[in-house]
Amino acid sequence: MFELFNYGFMQRAFAAGLLVAVICPLIGTFVVMRRLSMIGDTLSHASLAGIAAGMLGGLYPLWGALLFSLIAAIGIEKLRKRFSQYAELSISIVLSASIGLAVVLISLANSFNADLMSYLFGSIIAVNALDIYIILGLSIIILVSVGLFYKEFFYMAFDEEGAELAGMPVSGLNVYFTVLTAMTIVVSMRVVGMMMVSSLMVVPVACSLLISKSFKNTIFLSVIFALISVVIGLFSSYWLDLAPGGSIVLTSIFILIAVLAVKRIFRMQ
Amino acid sequence: MGTEIIRVENISFGYGRVNVLDNVSTSIIDGDFLGIVGPNGSGKSTLLRIFLGLIKPQKGTVRVFDTDIEKFDQWGKIGYIPQKATSFNQGFPATVEEVVSANLYPIVGLAGRIKKAHKEKVDEALRTVGMLEKKKSIIGRLSGGQQQRVFIAKALVSAPRVIFMDEPTVGIDRNSEESFYELMKSLNRERGITLVMVTHDIGAIDKRVNRVLCLSEGKLYEHDCAVSQASDIFKEAYGKRDSWTITHRH
Ligand SMILES: Nc1ncnc2c1ncn2[C@@H]1O[C@H](COP(=O)(O)OP(=O)(O)OP(=O)(O)O)[C@@H](O)[C@H]1O
Ligand SMILES: [Mg+2]
Repeated sequence: MFELFNYGFMQRAFAAGLLVAVICPLIGTFVVMRRLSMIGDTLSHASLAGIAAGMLGGLYPLWGALLFSLIAAIGIEKLRKRFSQYAELSISIVLSASIGLAVVLISLANSFNADLMSYLFGSIIAVNALDIYIILGLSIIILVSVGLFYKEFFYMAFDEEGAELAGMPVSGLNVYFTVLTAMTIVVSMRVVGMMMVSSLMVVPVACSLLISKSFKNTIFLSVIFALISVVIGLFSSYWLDLAPGGSIVLTSIFILIAVLAVKRIFRMQ
Repeated sequence: MGTEIIRVENISFGYGRVNVLDNVSTSIIDGDFLGIVGPNGSGKSTLLRIFLGLIKPQKGTVRVFDTDIEKFDQWGKIGYIPQKATSFNQGFPATVEEVVSANLYPIVGLAGRIKKAHKEKVDEALRTVGMLEKKKSIIGRLSGGQQQRVFIAKALVSAPRVIFMDEPTVGIDRNSEESFYELMKSLNRERGITLVMVTHDIGAIDKRVNRVLCLSEGKLYEHDCAVSQASDIFKEAYGKRDSWTITHRH
C-alpha cells in the first residue's frame, strides 16, 4: 500500500506537502484575523508574474516568484498606509497590477506550457531536489520568525493601534510579516499550485475557528486540519491520478463541511 | 503640586481644513483624577490621541513625563482604553488571558519571552478587575461590561502611571457603572494611578474627579473643583453653547 514511498518524487512531494501544511495555516491564522484573506491570492498572482519573468529571463522560476511576491508584499504595505481606512483596497490594487503583469509576461515569454501549468495547479512529479532545499530553507525562516515574534504578531492582529502604543515597531513588523506571507506563498505553490495556495491559508483556519478555544489553539487545530488535508490529498492524487493541489484543497473543504455538520449535531442535542 | 505627567503648550490641531483644537495648553499632574467633557465633535478624543502621540499637533509642544514626546519611549507607563475598545472583531478567537498578556510587551520587549513572573502579573491584573475566573474565556463571548474590565486589566498589566479612557461607561448598566467607579477610585487612591477620563456623563463624574477640563469650539476651559455647582450649567451647555461659555468664569 505504501509502495508509493519507494519513488523519490513521492518522498519529495510528501516532505514539501507536510512543510506546507504547517506553514500555510500558521501564517494564515494571522492573515485571516487581520481580515486580509485576499492577500494570499494577490501574492500568488505576483508570484505567477515572477515565474513568467523567470522563464523569460532565464532565472530559476521559484526565485522569480520569491522576488516578485516580495516586491508585491512591500507594495501592499506601502499602499496600506496611504489608504489606511481601506486595507482591502491596497490588496486589490496590487492584485490587479500582478494579474496584468503576469498576463503580459506570459504572452511575451510565449510560455503557456506544461511547466507553467505545474506552477498553476501544483504537481507532485515536478518537485525536484532544488525545490526541496528552497522550500525547507524558507520554511525554517518562517517558523523561526513566528516563534520569535509570536506575541508581536498576535498583538498587531488583535489591536494594531494598541500595539503601536505599547511601543512596538509596528510598521517594520508589518513589512516583515508580509514578507513572511510572500515566502509562504512561494513555499506552497510547488505543491498545491499558485491557484490554490490561498485556500490552504484560509480554509483550515476557517475550520478551526469553528471549534477553537484560544488563539494558540486556533493555530494548532488549523495545522492539524491542513496536515490531514495534505496527506489525504496527496494519497488520493497518486491513486486516482488527480491534481494534488485540487485534491488537497477539496479535502480541506470536506473537512470544513464535516466540522460544520458535527457542530450542528451537537447543538441540536 | 505633584510632578507633571503630561504637559501640552499652545497646541493647535486640525484634520485637513477643519480646525479642532486652537492654541490649547494644559497639564496633567501625578495623582489627578481628571475628567474631560465637551459636546460631540468638540475634540475630546483628538486631544487624548495627541496626549498619546498617536497624532501630532500642527503647532505646539507635548511633553510626557518631562520628556519631549518624540523622544519618549517608556510606553508601559501609559495605559489607553480607546472609545471603541469593545468594538474589536468579536469573532477574534483570543482568550482573556491572551489579550491581557499582549500588553506585557512594554515589559518583555521585542522578541522577549513571557515567563512565569509575567503570567503572575496577568493574574494579578485580572484579579484587580474581578475577572480572574474568566481567564480562559474567549473575549468575544463576554458581555460589554466584562470586556471593558478585561481592557482595564490589559492596561494595568504594564504597570502604568496613568490611564487614559475614552467614554468608558458607554453602554454599561448602573450597577456595573457603580463598580467601575469603585475600581477607578481604588486605582487612583490606593495605587496612585493618574486617571484621565473623557465622558458625557457629567452627573456621574461629579464628586468623583478632582479636576474637569471642558472643550468647546477648539478652546479648553478648566475647573479645579468638582463640577457639582456647575453641572446644571454644563448640561445646558450641550444645548445652548453661548450661554454656557458666558456663564463660566474662564
Ligand atoms: N480621522 C478624522 N478625519 C477627519 N476629521 C476628523 C477625524 N476624527 C475626528 N474628526 C473631526 O474632528 C472633530 C473632533 O473629533 P473628536 O472625535 O475628537 O470629537 P469628540 O469630542 O471625541 O466627539 P465624541 O463626543 O462624539 O466622541 C470632529 O468635528 C470630527 O468630525
Ligand atoms: Mg470621542
